Amino acid sequence: MTPSLKIAVPRGALFDGSLQLLDRLGMDTAEVRSNERKLLFEDAGVVTMRPSDVPTYVEHGAADIGITGKDVLLEQSEREVYELLDLGFGRCRMVVATRAGGDALSTALRRLGRVRIATKYPRMAARWFGQTGRQAEVVEVKGSVELAPLTGLVDGIVDLTASGRTLEENGLEVVEEIGICTARLIANPVAHKLKAAEVDSLVQSIRVSA
Amino acid sequence: MIHPIPPGTRDVLPDEMRELRALSERLRGAFEAAGYAEVWTPALEYEQVLRAGDERAAGAGYRLFDEHGEVLALRSDMTIPIARVVAGRMGDSEPPLRLCYFAHAYREARAAGELREFLQGGVELVGVPGAEGDAEVVALILDALDEAGLSRHRVGIGDAGLYRSLLASLAVPDELHQPLLERLSRRDLAGLARDVAELGLPRGDRELLAALPELRGGAEVLERAGEAVEELRALHAELERRGAADRVIYDLGLVRELGYYTGAVFEVYDPAVGFALGGGGRYDELIGRFGRPLPACGIALDVQRVHIAQAAEEGLG
Repeated sequence: MTPSLKIAVPRGALFDGSLQLLDRLGMDTAEVRSNERKLLFEDAGVVTMRPSDVPTYVEHGAADIGITGKDVLLEQSEREVYELLDLGFGRCRMVVATRAGGDALSTALRRLGRVRIATKYPRMAARWFGQTGRQAEVVEVKGSVELAPLTGLVDGIVDLTASGRTLEENGLEVVEEIGICTARLIANPVAHKLKAAEVDSLVQSIRVSA
Repeated sequence: MIHPIPPGTRDVLPDEMRELRALSERLRGAFEAAGYAEVWTPALEYEQVLRAGDERAAGAGYRLFDEHGEVLALRSDMTIPIARVVAGRMGDSEPPLRLCYFAHAYREARAAGELREFLQGGVELVGVPGAEGDAEVVALILDALDEAGLSRHRVGIGDAGLYRSLLASLAVPDELHQPLLERLSRRDLAGLARDVAELGLPRGDRELLAALPELRGGAEVLERAGEAVEELRALHAELERRGAADRVIYDLGLVRELGYYTGAVFEVYDPAVGFALGGGGRYDELIGRFGRPLPACGIALDVQRVHIAQAAEEGLG
């Protein structure tokens, strides 16, 4: 029997938490756990992908529901998906960080009228600096953001941090907190209507198991 | 060499065009058979005239100046232009008026891949108030999609004013209404639940505000929602009379982005595709703003999306 809901599960930092949640709901995730390269698990009704792709698959209905980080949803705010639940796990802070001990942001603002910021979240970074009335030039990078201020590419970074250890190890310090991000359960708008009973019973079991 | 066209627009070549034309003809045949006569209005309108219908000029995404310096806007839907025509050149015609259209509308593309120019096929029923009018339009759209070869499609039905009036009746301060309604229209139910929890309302009220947007399904939803959905219950009775009640989903969290809806709102779904095929609702004040107070409602289908659903349904054999 094919499961009634297809769920998009993020690989990476939220992978374990997501599978633990599915275990608690009584789903069989053994195959998903044991197979790192496989992406589509028809029997379990699971597709795995990078977290930032989850809203894409769910918006287009290729998955009915999905788990992704609030950081991803904030960055892709135009996605037409339902945000059903705050799942609580994967708690991270979205922060602004600069080289420790300096005053890079205010120096750049005072002397050059703008700060340069590297991030994987260009839209959120632009929004944050816009909201706080500072001109910012946002540089999008794909890999380790910590490198950017160390090489002089930028004055600071906007990034997600769990413990702050990577920042610390690279001589960076948090100067502002933008918000807290946790894992969220999202749903495709059409599946939310046409599979209402299945979606609701899943949401209810998550609430009960929490 | 390929010369570009603007993102969000497209060329249609013969194979697709033949299918799109056939689909439109089937839909139009169903509309005409139900007494809906086709009309056409200009793609360009005076922005000021669109604004008379809707403060935000109904979401027009593209404006330009003509040779006299007048601001023109590309229409973002057909409902406002038809309201203008019904109050204007058709001002003498006796209601009820049954009109249909197949025309392009224009909106800004907010995401990559979203269309800026899209083909709408829809109906407007003018002069039939309340449940009777709503049911006629919903049943007609269901039938038209049958004609188009879909079989599992559904119409979602909500009430544009429901959440707002619930907030008012529970004495939620006015300035908090808009942020909560925005959560709802952004489909952020987790955020909505969190905001509602912070309102300092009695527990029962809090639960009602958080649970209402999640209520969706068959007639049992209307039972659970009580008096607040009197009008939807009347609509349900009409739909039963027309034999269409088992193909609708009552959805108390459904909101539509356009500001002119005053009553029932609609969205059209098919399980083969992950996006709505169209939508609409009741707009009892819109035509009055052009000088002829008449109740009305309508639904527009996105013809290209219906085509995608048609292809997907065929694929399922």
